[in-house]
Amino acid sequence: MPISLASEEILETIRMVQMENLDIRTITMGISLRDCACSDIEKTCQKIYDKITKYAENLVAVGNEIEKEYGIPIINKRISVTPIGIVAESCKCNDYVQIARVLDKAAREVGVNFLGGFSSLVHKGMTEGDRKLITSIPQSLAETERVCASVNVGTTKAGINMDAVKIMGNVIKETAELTKEQDGLGCAKLVVFCNVPEDNPFMAGAFHGVGEPEAVINVGVSGPGVVLNAIKKNPKVDFGQLATIIKKMAFKITRMGELVGREAANRLGIPFGIVDLSLAPTPAIGDSVADILEAMGLERCGTHGTTAALALLNDAVKKGGAMASSYVGGLSGAFIPVSEDAGMIRAVEAGALDINKLEAMTCVCSVGLDMIAVPGDTSAATISAIIADEAAIGMINKKTTAVRIIPVPGKTVGEMVHFGGLLGKAPIMPVNRYSSQKFIERGGRIPAPIQALTN
Amino acid sequence: MQKISSSRIVVTVVGKDKVGIIAEVANVLAQNNANILDISQTILQEFFTMIMIVDISQCVVDFNTLKEKLEQTGEKIGVKIMAQHEDVFQFMHRI
Repeated sequence: MPISLASEEILETIRMVQMENLDIRTITMGISLRDCACSDIEKTCQKIYDKITKYAENLVAVGNEIEKEYGIPIINKRISVTPIGIVAESCKCNDYVQIARVLDKAAREVGVNFLGGFSSLVHKGMTEGDRKLITSIPQSLAETERVCASVNVGTTKAGINMDAVKIMGNVIKETAELTKEQDGLGCAKLVVFCNVPEDNPFMAGAFHGVGEPEAVINVGVSGPGVVLNAIKKNPKVDFGQLATIIKKMAFKITRMGELVGREAANRLGIPFGIVDLSLAPTPAIGDSVADILEAMGLERCGTHGTTAALALLNDAVKKGGAMASSYVGGLSGAFIPVSEDAGMIRAVEAGALDINKLEAMTCVCSVGLDMIAVPGDTSAATISAIIADEAAIGMINKKTTAVRIIPVPGKTVGEMVHFGGLLGKAPIMPVNRYSSQKFIERGGRIPAPIQALTN
Repeated sequence: MQKISSSRIVVTVVGKDKVGIIAEVANVLAQNNANILDISQTILQEFFTMIMIVDISQCVVDFNTLKEKLEQTGEKIGVKIMAQHEDVFQFMHRI
């Protein structure tokens, strides 16, 4: 077999990993817990624990093995499960906190840092199980370390369940209050979605959808640093060339994800699902989506032109990635989590970026208002209204949107909150001071838009 | 543990140029019966950069052990040595 690798290609890969923070952000194993349903909650818990620890027994070891052999860092190994609102529905009990505890225990046992799926899909209405799950969220997130919760409150096909939106405002407030010792950290593990994907590998919004197989391996790549450097090297090219440069980089990043995903699936004996083409930033310097937007020629992320820059970036990433992988899914777009992106934090501190601009940016990228810290005295109705706005953007534009917002107890605008690790730190951002109370109190469902009538 | 499809690895050495780098690396590979298929080297921004394509199908130790030995050798002589399966590069740059 001829040696076909050029040394420039080898050095490019080495540079991407060593100097530009290219990594596989997560290998996430989806596990169906549908067969764990039982009227006895103790039995359900035992089944859940046994199943997760059996399927994911080797997940972390295999991830570490691949990391070594390929020389590509794999930052997180995670698990997503069937929405617990479905699994626990037949249990005779008043709340599901006990199930959250068992999920946490199973996650700890197999060594994953997060497990997603303490979730319900209530875009059209709630069952009794959904209601119990949602009311169990604050206590569950306060008591557990690794469990992540999500609730889908709207879809393009169903409209927006405003009753659920209203409840989620209260749930977020309560979660913040119960975790106030850690500055409302519980809210960092809770996402409210519209048009939630069922195969997303990224936390905190991952769960194993009902249309998914028994178990599956999904992969989330990263790589803002790689795209950033490629753009920096070409400061004066026009937008067409800029898009091409981003596409090429996205292709390479995604290939890496596809390779790792397939290899992990192969070694674990579980089918490979999808690669999620998201550019996920980290607090590390240079690993920032905001930096990319600024490298395109904006003085600060958040200024006029930011939405256009993000639209170009997001689209080019998808185009490059779609060619690199046969199965693309999940959220697939640029993430803009404020606390996890050093450039976003800098932009907020400089007064260039506010919640309104972030909302506009979510129209053209995945996912939504992500990891945003707001004053602790923000009302539940205001949080609900923020969720409703995001859900409306998602519903009308047939895309996923989400809200992960932290009303930090006892803190106000100008202060900083530190979550640590990948969750980073966030400046408290002001919200609109006028009330949305009466609007939220109406209740009911915002009807599905005309875009829903596609048949 | 399952085998990766290819038995070829890429060994990359980056660091300050000095006498005997190739000799040291080649020595480790020879001791473990790993066959060097190709070597290329350049000086990149004052740094010595060497790339080796190595066949480990007859290697007497497993990949991870070889990788560790190479890394230790790198530390000893003050350069960074990386060993990765060739698949990564093939997959990333070739369709």
